[in-house]
Amino acid sequence: MSKNIVAKTGNEAMAEAMRQINPDVVAAYPITPATEVVQLFSQFVADGNVKTDFVTVESEHSAMSATIGASAAGVRAMTVTSSQGLALMNEMLYIAAGLRLPIVMPEVNRALSSPINIHCDHSDTMGARDTGWIQIYSENSQEAYDNVLQTVRICEHAQVKIPGMVTTDGFIISHCMERMEMIADNEVKNFIGEYRPERYLLDIKKPYTLGSLDLQDYFFEHRMQLAQAMCNTGKIILEIGKEFGDKFGRKYGFYEKYHLDDAEIAILVMGSTAGTAKVVVDQLREKGIKAGLLKLRVFRPFPYRELAQELAHLKVLAVMDRADSIDSFGGPLFDEVRSAMYDLKDKPQTVNYIFGLGGREINLEMIEGVYTQMQDIAKTGEIPQRVNYLGVRE
Amino acid sequence: MNKKKLGYKELPAGDLLEAGTALDFETGSWRSDRPIHDEEKCINCLICWAYCPDSAIKVEDGKVKEIDLRYCKGCGICAQVCPPKIKAITMVEENKAEK
Ligand code: SF4
Ligand code: SF4
Repeated sequence: MSKNIVAKTGNEAMAEAMRQINPDVVAAYPITPATEVVQLFSQFVADGNVKTDFVTVESEHSAMSATIGASAAGVRAMTVTSSQGLALMNEMLYIAAGLRLPIVMPEVNRALSSPINIHCDHSDTMGARDTGWIQIYSENSQEAYDNVLQTVRICEHAQVKIPGMVTTDGFIISHCMERMEMIADNEVKNFIGEYRPERYLLDIKKPYTLGSLDLQDYFFEHRMQLAQAMCNTGKIILEIGKEFGDKFGRKYGFYEKYHLDDAEIAILVMGSTAGTAKVVVDQLREKGIKAGLLKLRVFRPFPYRELAQELAHLKVLAVMDRADSIDSFGGPLFDEVRSAMYDLKDKPQTVNYIFGLGGREINLEMIEGVYTQMQDIAKTGEIPQRVNYLGVRE
Repeated sequence: MNKKKLGYKELPAGDLLEAGTALDFETGSWRSDRPIHDEEKCINCLICWAYCPDSAIKVEDGKVKEIDLRYCKGCGICAQVCPPKIKAITMVEENKAEK
């Protein structure tokens, strides 16, 4: 396989992935910073590079509704959104998952109003964490591209059949050009295969009703099925991540470990900040400090067992949340990671750093500061402040 | 209806209900007005058949045969859509209709 090395922004990478997937239907509405994905894709449609039926709608609620309709009818359907758009879709997100439709949606992370802001944080997708969607976060354009392709396979797998969103950090990844490798069109086509749902609404020979009233006697069973499908999804994500690695040279799992196994102090973070933290880890390692990193890729399903195992040996763990739960406790990632470690006999001291809200800068010095604080905690055994807001002015 | 309720392992996934469940649901029990069909007047245009929301108008050999009272909910749509010059269906209060 000859390597096709290109320079692409995160948005371009996701649009290219969509071109190669060539979905039957895309229904979308523009929203910064995800607009470009749809704009580029609509150009592919106009140029005849894809056979997609492109539906322009009047809102994101309609975008997700039309995508649900298309998916239920039996075709591969996608949409793209960000921030307020995702919030507006919220009602339909639950429906897509409840109807078990394998819709794949690139999502560009952006803060939620108010105050109004167009820059990156993870509050939008964190607000959708209980909708029954798979959530996969990317560190850069390459991962965004690879993740979108894999998510098609994951969602459409017979044991999964739930929708999935693949995210990038708004502007930081979406608008930043980086080196990446693209897979040839025909290889992508072979990798994702054809979509052949077992049941679909336009199958007039086997008619059925989808989305009927489901009251006290059956609703619980259907939600249980969804919960069970999410439990099955982890295994499939690993299988497909491995297959992707074998075929194209880049392996994927639930997370990426960076100098973690012999680390004493480590950061757990999602998205582009992991790239910055890796530089800090390198610097600290040169000084002989046993610093490490765990970059979480898959947030839904939440790999609690694996995380607990990987983190158990640490003295101190800092969970960095690019979103706040505003619950007077901590960020969503912190809450869940800490809970995952509860059953460990020996567990690390765990602190939370909420950072980068509304695109606030997160740089090498700030991350180094987090490691320095962890060193202090390791030394004294005392945690001065459990939940910290990093980079906010007093 | 005394069917065994399926558990989450046997139930078709995703709120999917096999077609034909309306057969189990006898909407005739809702009826307060009953449509009476007059075979003499009827021109068998089948407009009523097309409009009946519960497929209660039974047609045989292109002719209205009967109104299935197990499913007819008495909405009166058939009487409304029957051509005004024909008026082959009249709605009669259920307690005044012949048993
Ligand atoms: S009254 Fe309504 S339900 Fe009954 S036959 Fe007429 S249209 Fe059908
Ligand atoms: S609409 Fe009236 S005339 Fe036409 S088939 Fe029905 S009952 Fe007969």
